[in-house]
Amino acid sequence: MSAVAAPTTTTTTATIAAAPPSVMRVALRMWRTRIGVLIATGMALIAVFGRYFAPYGEQEFVGKAHQWPGELDKETLFGTGDLGYDVWSRFLYGGRPVLIAAVLATLLALVIGTLIGLLAAYDRGKLDSVVMRFMDVILSLPQVIMSLVLISIFSASAKLIVLTVGVTTVPRIARVVRGAAVSVVERDFVSAAEALGESRWRIIRSELLPNVTSPLLVEANLRLTFAIGLIAGLGFLGFVSDPGAANWGLMIDEHRGKLRGWDQPWGSVLPIIAIALLTVGTGLIADGISRASAGIDRGRAPE
Amino acid sequence: MALTLLIILNTLLVAGAVLGRGISKFICKRLLIGELSLLIISIIIFGATQLLPSDVAQAVLGRDATPERLAILREQWGLDRPITTQYLDWLGGIIRGDPGKSFVTNVQITSYLSDRVVNSLFLLLLATSISVPLSLMIGGMTARRRDSVVDGVTTNTMLVLASLPEFVVGLTLVIVFSTGLWNWLPAVVQLDAEARPWTEMKQMILPTITLVAGAVPYISRVTRISLIEVLESDYVEMARLKGAPERTVLWRHALPNALGPVLQVIALNVAYFAAGVIVVEFLFNYPGIGGAMRAGVRANDVQVVQFLAMILAGVYVVTNLLADVGTILVTPRLRTRVE
Repeated sequence: MSAVAAPTTTTTTATIAAAPPSVMRVALRMWRTRIGVLIATGMALIAVFGRYFAPYGEQEFVGKAHQWPGELDKETLFGTGDLGYDVWSRFLYGGRPVLIAAVLATLLALVIGTLIGLLAAYDRGKLDSVVMRFMDVILSLPQVIMSLVLISIFSASAKLIVLTVGVTTVPRIARVVRGAAVSVVERDFVSAAEALGESRWRIIRSELLPNVTSPLLVEANLRLTFAIGLIAGLGFLGFVSDPGAANWGLMIDEHRGKLRGWDQPWGSVLPIIAIALLTVGTGLIADGISRASAGIDRGRAPE
Repeated sequence: MALTLLIILNTLLVAGAVLGRGISKFICKRLLIGELSLLIISIIIFGATQLLPSDVAQAVLGRDATPERLAILREQWGLDRPITTQYLDWLGGIIRGDPGKSFVTNVQITSYLSDRVVNSLFLLLLATSISVPLSLMIGGMTARRRDSVVDGVTTNTMLVLASLPEFVVGLTLVIVFSTGLWNWLPAVVQLDAEARPWTEMKQMILPTITLVAGAVPYISRVTRISLIEVLESDYVEMARLKGAPERTVLWRHALPNALGPVLQVIALNVAYFAAGVIVVEFLFNYPGIGGAMRAGVRANDVQVVQFLAMILAGVYVVTNLLADVGTILVTPRLRTRVE
């Protein structure tokens, strides 16, 4: 199980240890991957632990709304935002709901998607075509739209957001995993394992899975990138589980009126920068790994 | 009327799929599959409402609604009928293009949306007609100067752009072009009573660029890879050897043969626009269906949301279908292998 779960925690060092050493090591020789790991890890740390360094509380009033730092009696780094909260503290609190939901959704999709993809590839019969056709149908409903349909019916709870984003990500991962595994199924060592009478699960787990880790790692990072964008985007549209809590996506929308005329832009500029760094970081990691595995496949490491 | 047409059309399609040959057989089959997808999607979208612990009437009236009012609403909206009847009724309404009145606003949904559909379509067309040629140019340029500095810089810029969510791109544009910094362009779209988007092109600039920025990285990347592959082939070598200028080689000899994958990714991105318009229209206050979708979800207006979801899914299915047919048409190898 750990082999499936590990790739999702891309932003932490755990992945690097758990991933197949060759691909990740080759990837980390490239500057793009290093920069990606650095900024993604940095932003992830701020998102998860930033709140413990917040000078004020999540819902603590510091002064009048939308004030520059100099206009306030209290000491603030970036002034106040909507309702008179301290912008810097809200920012430090607001990353966690976005990042945790995105990581959980990606994890969920990785586990289910990998399972479906491997099963389909190993089967290659009726099950394969029926399941993959159904995946194609789900694919033709863009993720935001499916999420919004469900939110309009059930209203936005954290559970619902994780679940819909996760489930709509499943077919994307299943397709990639199946594509990678189909060629593995035809290799000799799979026939050998079959000849030895090993069970289907064992073959899938110990013959197929280890051989699709590179595309899986790339896809995991890409999906995490999109999940962060999607969940922050839902927050930006105003769909969050707790409207009173700080949330980077919602925060951007709450303060963007003050962008015009540069009134007090920090409330939206800070989370915009944070989300940009986070997604570019995971995107760079995905690109690094895909370049590394392409290089390995060609029999040489890039650079 | 619409239903009869649909039945006739489907009979023709089935006949075509069974009796037809070559491309026509393929197209008939592909259309039927597209239709089946939409049907399954409609079941998912409608079925989602059935997962509610109570029902739409309860959702609209809120928790402290009296049983009498609930009963009246349920009867009025036909919620007391069997689910299959409700579903078929709903589906029929969508096929006819008339989903009836909204339970929440009591407004005819089509009259609320008709202008918005046109506005969104305009935005979508504008974004597509800019992003496709732009991507082909960038893809061609980077493929020709493969591994050069220009290629490296462009590819990396595209990589960064591809990772950014559309609202980050859109708001960055707003910060640069319409705040105190520069204040060139309007940050939100504000149409007067008589104005339509095409009469206010200045207001279209930022929403369009935001959508274009989301699509160009993908299309140009696939164009580049596809072109590089073709540029290494024998017939391109041949064209070069006979002395054709590099420009001609690229655009006349290589590009037509690289178009297959490019068409696919263009379709995927037009489909991405169908989802992207939701955030982009909200961001720029653009009067289209994306904005209506967001407002509908906000107001728990399930019918409007379901109808729009079907329209947007339809856009997706149709574009992919066109791309599949287009791919067959531009790839001679496939044209003969369709059987």
